[in-house]
Amino acid sequence: MKLFKNILESVKPLFVKGGKLEKMYPAYDAFETFLFVPDHTTKSGSHIRDAVDLKRTMAFVVLSLIPCIIFGMWNIGDQYFNAISVETNFLNNLIFGFWKFLPLLAVSYAVGLSVEFAFAISRGHSVNEGYLVTGMLIPLIMPVDVPLWMLAVSVVFAVVIGKEVFGGTGMNILNPALTARAFLFFAYPSYMSGDKVWVHGAGVDGYSGETILGALASNTSSWDNLKWNFNDALIGYIPGSVGETSFIAIIIGALILIFSGVGSWRIILSTFLGGYLTALLFNLWGVNFLMSTPAHIHLLIGGFAFGAVFMSTDPVSGSQTNKGKIIYGLLIGFFAIVIRVFNPAYPEGMMLAILFMNVFAPLVDHYVVGANIKRRLKRVS
Amino acid sequence: MQIYTFAAEKSNLKSMSKEIRLKKGLNINLLGEADKVYASVKPTERYVVKPTDFHGLTPKLVVKVGDKVKAGTTLFFDKYNDKVNFSAPVSGEVIDIVRGAKRKILEVVLKADAVIEYEHFISDTAKSISREQIIETMLKSGVWPFVRQKPYDIVANPTDMPKAIFISAFNSAPLTIDNDFALYGMDELFQKGLDYIVQLTIGKTHLNIDGNTNPSKVFTGAKGVEINKISGAHPAGNVGIQVHHIDPINKGEVVWYLQPQDVIAIARLFTEGKYDVSRIVALAGSQVKKPKYYRTIAGATVANLLFDNINEGDNRIISGDILTGQHIDINGTLGFYDTTITVIEEGKEQEFLGWILPGLHKFSASKTFLSWLTPSKKYTLNANMHGEERAYVMTGEYEKVLPMDIFPAHLIKACMIEDIELMENLGIYEVSPEDFALCEFVCTSKIEVQTIIRNALELVRKENS
Repeated sequence: MKLFKNILESVKPLFVKGGKLEKMYPAYDAFETFLFVPDHTTKSGSHIRDAVDLKRTMAFVVLSLIPCIIFGMWNIGDQYFNAISVETNFLNNLIFGFWKFLPLLAVSYAVGLSVEFAFAISRGHSVNEGYLVTGMLIPLIMPVDVPLWMLAVSVVFAVVIGKEVFGGTGMNILNPALTARAFLFFAYPSYMSGDKVWVHGAGVDGYSGETILGALASNTSSWDNLKWNFNDALIGYIPGSVGETSFIAIIIGALILIFSGVGSWRIILSTFLGGYLTALLFNLWGVNFLMSTPAHIHLLIGGFAFGAVFMSTDPVSGSQTNKGKIIYGLLIGFFAIVIRVFNPAYPEGMMLAILFMNVFAPLVDHYVVGANIKRRLKRVS
Repeated sequence: MQIYTFAAEKSNLKSMSKEIRLKKGLNINLLGEADKVYASVKPTERYVVKPTDFHGLTPKLVVKVGDKVKAGTTLFFDKYNDKVNFSAPVSGEVIDIVRGAKRKILEVVLKADAVIEYEHFISDTAKSISREQIIETMLKSGVWPFVRQKPYDIVANPTDMPKAIFISAFNSAPLTIDNDFALYGMDELFQKGLDYIVQLTIGKTHLNIDGNTNPSKVFTGAKGVEINKISGAHPAGNVGIQVHHIDPINKGEVVWYLQPQDVIAIARLFTEGKYDVSRIVALAGSQVKKPKYYRTIAGATVANLLFDNINEGDNRIISGDILTGQHIDINGTLGFYDTTITVIEEGKEQEFLGWILPGLHKFSASKTFLSWLTPSKKYTLNANMHGEERAYVMTGEYEKVLPMDIFPAHLIKACMIEDIELMENLGIYEVSPEDFALCEFVCTSKIEVQTIIRNALELVRKENS
């Protein structure tokens, strides 16, 4: 601790006003405040402040992702060894997955934070903590075999177009992590769908790395006849993006978010509810295998749960009023299932549903706030 | 004659005491609450009247350095409302007039006499007098500024007719004065004050008592007013929250409000004929060695209360409560409206990886620190920000601590962009900075919410005047 302080103190003169690297101050500040909560004190008003800050909040989101990360790494290994038909064990899976996941994570953070620092320095504002979470989310919603350069390009796109052009953290319209994924999906669709990318080693010996959604969307087999069952989907022994497969791990994350108050329970619950009800409705229709898939299975497969818990709850791009959050969540669930069942070319509806509702969240809030304004005006008459 | 008209109209108003239970809010349990015991100290000689205690006031001085004054002698008046006088709290000599940038008057400093001499304002106290006479006496003596108005939180305009008057009998902010204790035994005087105050409005006078406890009979026994029970966490005691639930302010409407000890000052004026702003204050906070109650006078230096009574270290002295008070230095003085003096640690130090540590000793309204395991624990908080200012990211935080039918974050944003129409639509007339103190406290992005609301209210006031 003393050591860090001494190092910081010794280089500080370079960065403060008049120093050689004065323009780089935001970078210095980012490191200093990362290591030490600053000594800023209140000036007036509330002389005392809550201990929470954005770093703490973001750290909690990362904490809530840990079950998904660990399971995701294990699953990378498990899927791989299954594909090549090799006996394996827990530790082997985890180690294999770790070495597959680490480059994704490293590229995501290195590229994303570089862009963030560059913007902070050029604009002279402090580095926001938002990317701590975004940088963790991006590799979790990527296929394991996504080429690293593509990941890097998508991260740059997400940070620059998804966030910085609007003014940085807190100002963005779309969820940055999903922006990265959407960019890759539309720019390089062959790397983001099909039966090769989801499992490392798929395609060798004719092993299909198809996801459940992919299998159902091709309309060749109903849910009941697939090789996976309810438990597989619940626990997550299935192919898919790195972090999205285990419903249980996601729910542990959801509980952390809800309990700590960092994530909105309104959004999480209403998204699941919206999806469930919509899927029930389509069960009645049932003209293709996705429609006839049981409603509760819809919530377990694909990116639905991960999106509901970690993507739709992004407070910046989501609805901001309590009532709005419920409407926003219900509609995300609704659109996710609608896109799934009607668009076999791209059964993963969650990403588009959330991005779509990100755009419409201000409109939802507009009507919720408008009702409050009307109530106020009514009082006078 | 006037008074009968009012009495007749008043009798038409139905008595409808309300009981309001607030579900939102936050109690911050802090160490250093004042013991309910009076301590006495050597009285101070130095008194300061600060025009800055009165929002939006442009003072016009009538005294100069060297003038002798009595308690109640006008020191300055409101340039835009020349009947509103601000008086010397004690007799003595004007020894300094402190000015700031653009020669703005910051302080009128008095050196007090050993024995206070009072101006006399009432010749005949027995007879009932009209509303006009009441107001005139209050204006002349200098007690008028105790009557404040919402919207804007400024000294009431004596030519207005408020639709109601509100008195909150209790404070819910942490470490604040307990009015039940401070006004103990003053039943008669308090009632006297109320008798005059109720005549100032054509509407009701609301006395709002704490629904969480059994308030003193000073308040529960009050006559001629509506007694409403408000229960819930802080800010239940804020008068603005009470107004919102009892008789909300619409555009163009005005309510007046006072604090219980202001009522006492008014009662003293009409019973004894003098401007007597002596009052009881609570000295509280984690840095106070023996937090107790004191008798002092508005404008008095606080140094004598703090002498040998605060812990060593970098201290922050606050005139007022910990959430809304003024930062003063050791030679600072008690604000005109303040009844609490709080002393806490400055806390100007860095904390190594503070945002990762489990945080058993950190208070947070969120559950991101392990301290949620001990909900009834009392905390020692300092003036550290615990973070840097950021753009808004989190949502729904403010809503949890603001028990009003208002969208706080939307209102704040409207204030930031100075969109007056939007502010009006979102309820700017119903809010005060103090109602947003908890929003400021819980804010993850460390936004200075109270300042934003204060500036917005000033903007709207200028626009409307």
